[in-house]
Amino acid sequence: MPARDYIRERFFPHMWCPGCGHGIVLNALLRAVEALGLDKKNFVMVSGIGCSARISGYVDFHSMHTLHGRALAFATGIKISKPELNVIVPMGDGDAMAIGGNHFIHAARRNIEMTAIVMNNRIYGMTGGQFSPLSGYGTMGTTAPYGNIDHGFNTVDLASSAGATFVARTTTYHARELADFIGQAISHPGFSVLEVLSQCPTQFGRRNKAGDAPEMLESYRTGTARIDSKKKRENPDLIERGIFVQKELPEYCREYERIISKARGE
Amino acid sequence: MSDAVKFIQGNVVCAEAAVYAGVGMFAGYPITPSTEIAEHMSVRLPQVGGKFLQMEDEISSLCAVIGASLTGHKTMTATSGPGFSLMQEALGYAVMTEIPCVIVDVMRGGPSTGLPTHVGQGDVMQARYGTHGDHAIIAVTASNHADIFRMTVEAFNFAETYRTPVILLLDEVIGHLREKIRIPEPGEIPLVGRLRTAVEHGVDYHPYLPREDGRLPMSDFGDVHRYNVTGLYHDMWGFPTEKPEVVYGLIRHLVDKIDHNSEKMTRFRKYHTKDAETLFISYGAAARSALHLVENRRKRGERIGLLELNTLWPFPADIVREACRDMNFVLVVEMNMGQITREVKLAVEDPRKVYLANRVDGELITPMDIQNIVRLIQGRGV
Amino acid sequence: MKNSETKTAAREHHIERAWCKGCGICVHFCPKQVHKLDEEGKACAVRPEDCIGCRLCELRCPDLAIEVIDRQAADRQGKDHE
Repeated sequence: MPARDYIRERFFPHMWCPGCGHGIVLNALLRAVEALGLDKKNFVMVSGIGCSARISGYVDFHSMHTLHGRALAFATGIKISKPELNVIVPMGDGDAMAIGGNHFIHAARRNIEMTAIVMNNRIYGMTGGQFSPLSGYGTMGTTAPYGNIDHGFNTVDLASSAGATFVARTTTYHARELADFIGQAISHPGFSVLEVLSQCPTQFGRRNKAGDAPEMLESYRTGTARIDSKKKRENPDLIERGIFVQKELPEYCREYERIISKARGE
Repeated sequence: MSDAVKFIQGNVVCAEAAVYAGVGMFAGYPITPSTEIAEHMSVRLPQVGGKFLQMEDEISSLCAVIGASLTGHKTMTATSGPGFSLMQEALGYAVMTEIPCVIVDVMRGGPSTGLPTHVGQGDVMQARYGTHGDHAIIAVTASNHADIFRMTVEAFNFAETYRTPVILLLDEVIGHLREKIRIPEPGEIPLVGRLRTAVEHGVDYHPYLPREDGRLPMSDFGDVHRYNVTGLYHDMWGFPTEKPEVVYGLIRHLVDKIDHNSEKMTRFRKYHTKDAETLFISYGAAARSALHLVENRRKRGERIGLLELNTLWPFPADIVREACRDMNFVLVVEMNMGQITREVKLAVEDPRKVYLANRVDGELITPMDIQNIVRLIQGRGV
Repeated sequence: MKNSETKTAAREHHIERAWCKGCGICVHFCPKQVHKLDEEGKACAVRPEDCIGCRLCELRCPDLAIEVIDRQAADRQGKDHE
């Protein structure tokens, strides 16, 4: 592992199941940070609760494992108080979209510079396979034994509507693209959201006959297409990958510096 | 200094005291009757280079406050009952992760939405036991502007000294009351700053290893030491553990660091207690009525005294027991169904001598209300 | 831990056996069938000489257990240091 300098090796092998996509996200994240060449002293990772949240224990950054859904709120306090820090907030789909949905849209609205990575495995893994807000209609879960009648959010649409100034989606199959997007998201001067389709063979795959980890990765290859690609035009049902939003708007911490100047009559 | 004398609301006093204490960040959500604290903070904090955040709810407010504290700032939020309910989750997190912060709860009538614009003191037990799991907590209160100022500063001092969240319980009457206050000069009230580790870069730093005196030096996020913070039971580096001996050591530490130092955080005032035969025990707005009655009856030669509690948690049981020892009877004056009365009964030698004078209809308990109860106890009828 | 080396291979595959959970992603997606799961279910580079250096096994490994080392690049680096 080339980016070994960025992990806490003593906790490996990690606690995720064989084939879990979250490990691929971690893998890509480390490469992205290494490629940016930034000092790890300036990185803070704030996570919530769930399988995804365990990622913060493995990185050799300042790390905070917080409450279910609340990671962005903790992160907002950190960022506003020390804007020079790079704040990365990995979240699960339940974490980000259910219990943390409100914090998610408001962080996007504020356009505070941080990187939200939604590790979407479409299931509550740690509690044993209950359906999540991103499971989607018709999926099976331990709390949807007859098939899910809840419709899923579209994370990209939600983040875009809420005002995120960088919104992208990729999958763990597209590992190079993943590292590239994470790097771009970290470098973006505003609130960035990256949705990563991340396989959970143990809880989602098994219940939904999606196969093992390689098969689930294959489905990301066949089931997704780049924005505006020929593949997408030929098959409109494919899930789009790429950067959907990338714009610059006044960033919250810098705006607050303006408030301070105004309050001081400067 | 004449310009240091102001005629302002209790909530504004609290906000000014926080600035005096060196608050660097405030996050909150509007809620009656605490909103003026947030409003005043939004004016004052940027003036002193601090940060004010209006968050999307009370949950995120306290979370943001905890996060900001980790970067090395003194931090505060303010709310009222319903918001305080929402903060219980993050309060427990701050207890577990030992992150200093101050939470102001300006109490109103409850439960639920209750009486938003009326006074109550029903959150005393919520402050103590509101978050899940065993823990110790510090909660302080005040009944007048000088004390609001002093106890706000003390709340920050306790938070830093014991690396813990501290709750400041005000109430609607005190929060909205306008009276004169002389703002203390800088240095007049001692301030406790953040205790930072002396461990140098490259040397193993243990964020959760108490020193011999029980204190835990911190390292700011963004500084040279990279460590982990988690609400799970954790080892001295902050990493999760399920080892029974480590788990037990941590819960013991969390409780002992407060319980074993309770005397150091006990604040109270005694009025006319030396020769008293009857004792009132009260706090917050209720203590103003109790004091008024005590001073009136003293003029008539009645030997009544008042013990006003500024520290409610950890409960100053020894002080209360001693003060109640030779009394004919003890009357606890509070605006709830007897939350501190129960503690007083547990503390004294003869709980049968302890009575409650309360009002829970959203109105401030009056000296007459208290006098009526006194007459009933004395068998004199109302 | 070095798992497999062949003198003729241009690349080495370092596989951290203790970290590998045997999910089979590297085996499944390798365009040249370099990897195989061994009798203990751990990834193992059985045909390193066929490796084209795409590094997809390394990038997609959820266990962070694989590192593909380009021998020539490593040699060059070694010389640079001398």
